[in-house]
Amino acid sequence: MTPDTSRTPAAGPDSYYGRPVIKAPSWSAQDIAGYFFLGGLAGAGSVLAAGAQLTGRTTTATALKVSSLTAVGLSAAALIHDLGRPSRFPNMLRVFKPTSPMSMGSWLLSAYGPAAGAAALCAASGRLPKAGAAATTAAALLGPALATYTAVLAADTAVPAWHGVHRELPYLFAASATGAASGMALAVGPLHENAPARCAAALAALADVAALRAVERRLDTVAVTYQEGRAGTLMRAARALTAAGAAGAVLFGHRSRAAAAGAGLALLAGSACTRFGVFAAGIASAEDPAHTVGPQREAVARRTAHSK
Amino acid sequence: MRDDLYSGTGQDPARDAGHTNAPPRVGFFTDTSVCIGCKACEVACKEWNAIPEDGLTLTGMSYDNTGGLGASTWRHVAFVEQPTPSGRTMLPLVEPDRAAGGPAEATGMRWLMSSDVCKHCTHAACLDVCPTGSLFRTEFGTVVVQEDICNGCGVCVPACPYGVIEQRPTDGRAFKCTMCYDRLGAGQEPACAKACPTESIQFGPLDELRERAALRVEQLHDAGVTEARLYGHEPDNGVGGDGAFFLLLDEPEVYGLPPDPVVTTRDLPAMWRHAGIAALSLAGSAALSFVLPALTRRKARR
Ligand code: SF4
Ligand code: SF4
Repeated sequence: MTPDTSRTPAAGPDSYYGRPVIKAPSWSAQDIAGYFFLGGLAGAGSVLAAGAQLTGRTTTATALKVSSLTAVGLSAAALIHDLGRPSRFPNMLRVFKPTSPMSMGSWLLSAYGPAAGAAALCAASGRLPKAGAAATTAAALLGPALATYTAVLAADTAVPAWHGVHRELPYLFAASATGAASGMALAVGPLHENAPARCAAALAALADVAALRAVERRLDTVAVTYQEGRAGTLMRAARALTAAGAAGAVLFGHRSRAAAAGAGLALLAGSACTRFGVFAAGIASAEDPAHTVGPQREAVARRTAHSK
Repeated sequence: MRDDLYSGTGQDPARDAGHTNAPPRVGFFTDTSVCIGCKACEVACKEWNAIPEDGLTLTGMSYDNTGGLGASTWRHVAFVEQPTPSGRTMLPLVEPDRAAGGPAEATGMRWLMSSDVCKHCTHAACLDVCPTGSLFRTEFGTVVVQEDICNGCGVCVPACPYGVIEQRPTDGRAFKCTMCYDRLGAGQEPACAKACPTESIQFGPLDELRERAALRVEQLHDAGVTEARLYGHEPDNGVGGDGAFFLLLDEPEVYGLPPDPVVTTRDLPAMWRHAGIAALSLAGSAALSFVLPALTRRKARR
């Protein structure tokens, strides 16, 4: 979609003293972008853990189960920390509301958390293998949803850089989550077990590039919020780290323990940068009235042109 | 997704929300053409609702030191200070001969004043996304936050396409205009409308207000004020119609209002669908990652 240059600019200034039209979320980047990253790491990690379990890669499976439990624990802590009144957290489960991604997420988290916990405890202790297998399966089934629902949480807002890409964002989050989980598997798993992680890292990096390009194409003029400032720096770092991590994993990940661990850490860092970058782009787009007014004026112009 | 899960899909949000004996839906019609910028509404709102002070700094924006709507400002009077094309100083409607155009003065300005408020949307994004049910639809068709249930998650803040609702920094909970729910219950009009000396803020049944607004625009157009237009009045706009709508004398963005707001949850079915497909593709690519190495290993062995 190209910007509509034929449109005559409206009379008068474009904004009220340059003040934002919508309110940016007051979420702290550390808590909420951190929550996005940790949720993705946990969710995709549970899927890889189940696969590793099924294919007899038990060391990797156990390590991933423990990392998923740690990640989901930390993510819940981040979420609760971000509430102005943590004591009110139980209100989150007062209603079941599909129109509220935050409500669906709370329910998802309260189903996934115990499953991931049981899977990790059974694997680490070696007790109750049957229950452990059931919990592993449950966590693997809920994991993908945990990794992608946060995209809906961000997109179901009036924030131009998020809502504008409500179709593309879930794929970016899925790719980023897979990148993080494969990175974790590379970092913690033994060499002879890491073939699937190397493969997942490559797929995740490819999907990441494709999804990010789709995001920038869809956003048109608002795409600058992903390219400039803090978000731009983070997104560039994310791209470099993810590419380096995936390349390192594919080329050297099967030969050297150090190379596998390094590639894994790069993938983890790349995924974190993606989440913090997306978060920063959203804030930047909410704070600049041009990103709210511009696309909306174009929508009006398109509608009037249509009805004529 | 079922339509009735949204806060309202029809034009009768109170009944859609389950109020069986709902009175007619009420709202605000704010006619900015008669606003004199006295801020009586801002003050009356603060007084009646006992809203705390929210900063005593000067913004440097004309006479506007409140800046915008927020957790502790539920009515906000905008002062738009505009250079006029003719170069003459003018007040919006006080002009002896609008068409003639007077002698050019370099300092020509006009003021547009407008009292902004929560729109009490028919399809309210803030209400749809609230995970606790703290935001609810009243029997009057308005949207209210219950302070004792809000847990300060803050999703309603970026969800509002008008930038109205906000968390109070001191306690994290979200606050906004309630259209004086307590006064409505007692058969009274909201404090701002009561205090407005020029009747720029009119309160009443929404249908009646819409009729009155249409007449007022016609009257202004006949008087040569061709720039007068209504904002938020159509029941089929992006939020299903505003419970509080406006008569403006310039483009909405001049007053800091979005030109084409859309309820954020409108695209929610598409969002859940794409998230579902993305989740499946995550699981699929993970499965592929286990199958591919196994296949290549088998091939290598052969
Ligand atoms: S204007 Fe914003 S805060 Fe008011 S009802 Fe609409 S969405 Fe909610
Ligand atoms: S901040 Fe309060 S009112 Fe807003 S969505 Fe969260 S719980 Fe609901």
